[in-house]
Amino acid sequence: MPRIGLFIPCYIDQFYPDVGLATLEVLERYGCEVEFPEAQTCCGQPMANTGCVDAAVPLAERMIEIFAPYEYVVAPSGSCVAMVREHYSDMLPLSNALQEFQAKTFELCEFLTDVLKIEHVEGQFPYKVGLHQSCHGLRELRLARSSETVGEEFNKARQLLEQMKGITFADLNRKDECCGFGGTFAVQEEAVSCMMGLDRLADHYESGTEVLTAGDMSCLMHLDGLNRRQPKPVAVMHIAQILAGRQPEGSVRVNATEGGIA
Amino acid sequence: MAGHATLAKDFVANDERAHWHDKALWFVRHKRDNISHSLPEWETLRETASQVKLHTITHLAKYLEEFEANAKKLGVHVHWASNAAEHNEIVLRILQQHNVKRVVKSKSMLTEECHLNPHLEAAGMEVVDTDLGERIVQLQKEAPSHIVLPAIHIKKEEVGEVFHQFLDTEKGASDPGYLTEAARQHLRENFLAADAGITGVNFGIAATGGFVVCTNEGNADLGTALPNLHIACMGIEKLIPAPEHLSLFTRLLARSATGQPITTYTSHFHGPKPGGEMHIVLVDNGRSNILGSDEFRSSLSCIRCGACMNTCPVYRRSGGHSYQSTVPGPIGSILGPASDPAKHSSLPFACSLCGSCTDVCPVKIDLHHQLLTWRREIYVRGLLPLSKTFPMKVMSKVFQHPGLYAFGGGIARKALRVMPRWMIYNPLNSWGRKRELPEAPKESFRDLYKKRKRP
Ligand code: SF4
Repeated sequence: MPRIGLFIPCYIDQFYPDVGLATLEVLERYGCEVEFPEAQTCCGQPMANTGCVDAAVPLAERMIEIFAPYEYVVAPSGSCVAMVREHYSDMLPLSNALQEFQAKTFELCEFLTDVLKIEHVEGQFPYKVGLHQSCHGLRELRLARSSETVGEEFNKARQLLEQMKGITFADLNRKDECCGFGGTFAVQEEAVSCMMGLDRLADHYESGTEVLTAGDMSCLMHLDGLNRRQPKPVAVMHIAQILAGRQPEGSVRVNATEGGIA
Repeated sequence: MAGHATLAKDFVANDERAHWHDKALWFVRHKRDNISHSLPEWETLRETASQVKLHTITHLAKYLEEFEANAKKLGVHVHWASNAAEHNEIVLRILQQHNVKRVVKSKSMLTEECHLNPHLEAAGMEVVDTDLGERIVQLQKEAPSHIVLPAIHIKKEEVGEVFHQFLDTEKGASDPGYLTEAARQHLRENFLAADAGITGVNFGIAATGGFVVCTNEGNADLGTALPNLHIACMGIEKLIPAPEHLSLFTRLLARSATGQPITTYTSHFHGPKPGGEMHIVLVDNGRSNILGSDEFRSSLSCIRCGACMNTCPVYRRSGGHSYQSTVPGPIGSILGPASDPAKHSSLPFACSLCGSCTDVCPVKIDLHHQLLTWRREIYVRGLLPLSKTFPMKVMSKVFQHPGLYAFGGGIARKALRVMPRWMIYNPLNSWGRKRELPEAPKESFRDLYKKRKRP
């Protein structure tokens, strides 16, 4: 039974607790022993991506220490895992502790497909799903073949979702264009960021997406923020929630313009 | 100077135009996808081209000397310019020695970078850009907004207006065939009247001293076939070792740039034509500084295909002029700060770090990682405003204390729940201008996790 340190990104902890619970449930369902070390806060990505490395370094060092006791570290976020695996080496000196931490840290979907080698996912999800390919998962962690590169197609998130009964997928016009979140970019370049997000949403609306999902809640926070101001918003769920068997009913928003409260 | 975000906001404000621009460039990206996906060896080509370029730039001194020696053997005059001013002076001097009054110039981003045209015009010469797109922006008195498609930001109706004004075409004409024909006639007169032709260089071949210029309009050939004087302006990074490496790059260049198998004209120059004179001006202008930096060296591998612009979701929606840099888009956001970090400090932040540029680049430059590295450089050099660095420092302190973080998070969520909407969505909240904030739950994940363990 693999012993897992659950890595829950700070904004999921604070704003999307159910995504954390769903991740926990999915991992336990496949026989993992999961623990959430409560000393964790944030991996340092916002600081590092703004260039403020000195503010990010102490957070990265904490992460390595906090997760040292675990065999694996799993997070429901491609972006935070990419930070650890691809960018910690840019700001920390090379050490065994760092390399071990990087080697054992996985995004949820790739952990299920590559480490646990899950082939059957229980449950049904009779909806047309619009799968948003979050960029860091796609082009840093290579969780799927990006549309720019040439070679055999694969898609780890889809591979899991496809197992669910009744599920269909929206055929998008631009299958992996960025949603425009980009961390502080979302605020600093607000105009372009929102245009990017609205364009992605339009693609999903036109393609008949009923439930918009992704491996990163940050992209979904941005997309749903825009979505909830539209006349006919679609349901938005993190992929962990779908895999855990949640259904969209509760989150389908009826009156989007008023205060955004479901 | 207004940063990228300000100019981008203006561009986005014209929603119809911003979408038109986005779609025009996405179409080019799509053509590039189709043709590259038809080559199973695509990734091998990219990897090999990347290796050849890295090899060349890490042995640049040797290849430059070899190139110079071989070019001289072909009867070419070779000049060295350490910066833009020297380049402009050298070109002007050569032209003056030949009593040149009228120059035709095919596309060269290097001469744009050095601002050659105004320099020559100030000396009383007439310079005509013969690439159709470049001619359009020249008549409009604008800078190119894209390195391969200089007039991509201009609609055909607007081209009709410009041509009506300068080339006497019919008012209101917007038919591309008609306008192109008018431009062709107009340019032909200029080709015939020119005393000298200036071209850029796509690839200089060290082993032969020859060079290659790629165009779709044949304007480099016409501009150099008629006048007796040919000046080729070339960045020192444009070298490849030997002729056998060339096909690698010509295959990648046109496919990446426009989705064509090869450019319509791939013109090889090996010394002056009989009775003519040929000069090559080799320009550094900051390139050897980049060569000296481990992080940014590979940006010198760039073959200026423009693919990173076509794919960049920010470029497509903000237009080339919002970068205020000769080369816009992802590669421009690396080269711009390299030449003047303070002036171009906003460019590395004009990026959502999606990484599409890196995946599309035919020579595999890790563009989005270099943009991230530039952000750090800008911070380290003290060019980030306090309004950006201060919150990061505070957040870092909070995150180092889990108790404080959990407490602060709880208060923030509570505030979001109880504060009236007009207070949350205030004019300073730029997140909330078009977006809802997430609904703030009563309990965080860590609260729920604790309860779950001890029911
Ligand atoms: S950086 Fe790469 S994609 Fe961009 S213009 Fe240069 S070669 Fe083309």
